[in-house]
Amino acid sequence: MITYPFQYKRADSVADAVAMLGEGGKALSGGHSLIPSMKLRLNAPDTLVDVGRIAELKTITVDGNDLVIGAGATHGQIASSSVVKQHVPMFAEGAAHIGDPSVRNRGTIGGSLAHADPSADWPAMVLAADATIVVQGANGSRSIAASDFFTGLFSTALEDDELITAIRVSSQADAKMTYQKFAQPASRYALVGCAVVKSADGSVRVAFSGVSDTPFRDSAAESQLNGGASSANAASGQSIMSDHFATEEYRRHLANVYLKRALAAVA
Amino acid sequence: MQINLTVNGKARASEVEDRTLLVYYLREQLGLTGAHVACDTSSCGACTVHVDGVAVKSCTLLAAQADGCQVTTIEGLASGNDLHPLQQGFKECHGLQCGFCTPGMIMTAADLLNTNPHPSETEIRVALEGNICRCTGYHNIVKAIQWAAEHQAVPA
Repeated sequence: MITYPFQYKRADSVADAVAMLGEGGKALSGGHSLIPSMKLRLNAPDTLVDVGRIAELKTITVDGNDLVIGAGATHGQIASSSVVKQHVPMFAEGAAHIGDPSVRNRGTIGGSLAHADPSADWPAMVLAADATIVVQGANGSRSIAASDFFTGLFSTALEDDELITAIRVSSQADAKMTYQKFAQPASRYALVGCAVVKSADGSVRVAFSGVSDTPFRDSAAESQLNGGASSANAASGQSIMSDHFATEEYRRHLANVYLKRALAAVA
Repeated sequence: MQINLTVNGKARASEVEDRTLLVYYLREQLGLTGAHVACDTSSCGACTVHVDGVAVKSCTLLAAQADGCQVTTIEGLASGNDLHPLQQGFKECHGLQCGFCTPGMIMTAADLLNTNPHPSETEIRVALEGNICRCTGYHNIVKAIQWAAEHQAVPA
């Protein structure tokens, strides 16, 4: 399947990419969400701005107490990064189960977040880790809290001419954290993905991918757990997706199972 | 647009449409039909080739994204008449039935053996997560890769 005609441009720097995006079009990173969606005509930008060769987007560094992952870092790069394993081990654990090895060789964290597929793995992880999405636009740089980033189905707080440049997250080496998912067997997308971070003081953050059309922090479960309960109902008050892979009832069941598993993993 | 890349060791300069996917460039413009199009949704791995030494799904990559890169397809694996150890392994261990998935299986396995020359059976099965065999011939595919790991003269 070939996509409709579009124009391909390649950016050599973040500034270059932002200038090109200002003229319209969509950023292309690894392309492993965007190209399939264009083949299916679910996405139809008239121009693609390839940001996949911008070296400054591929670095993984520590800045003070923060881990800073370049938006162009691939899932594979994150999965094998010793810095990530040390500071936010859930990111390495979760990245290692995205798609398959070839997908992880190309797909990037920034691309996945910008695409905001409700069943992608990164949304739950960045929400539970309380990460910040750093973006660059014509008017400069701004930071968006993960909890403000996902606004709906395939929708984010990102403006059309903005590019995600980095994901910044406090080092959580003293926390326990895990990402547990039930993967759709062919695509490996999360039918349900549950990320739990338990801080050194025992408080927990819980977030889900795959359950609702917008990835979410499960504040209802968090308040039960942080109020002293040893278990909680997952996704209370959330609208649950239902499709040919999993009904609403089955997804809710899986959300409870995977919350239980995640809590056991951080116990 | 014009792309310049190296495919199986040979420099190529080609005119492609901006929307041309790498797999169609390889198959239709270069006549390298080893990489197959099957699921077309980056799930099945039949289109796997190497770009700059790393396994990728060529149905989900624009030819433009491979501009300036080194591309290796199944056709570039053997040295003259000498089969690559993985090709020999698939022959010795009956690693293929219909053969449709085989080029992708071999290219994925070659990437695995490059980074992990002596993988365990589990590591092989995990590496093949993104390659689907409709004949369900996985046991012999795993055996073929183990055979290649044992018989490779030099790392693949």
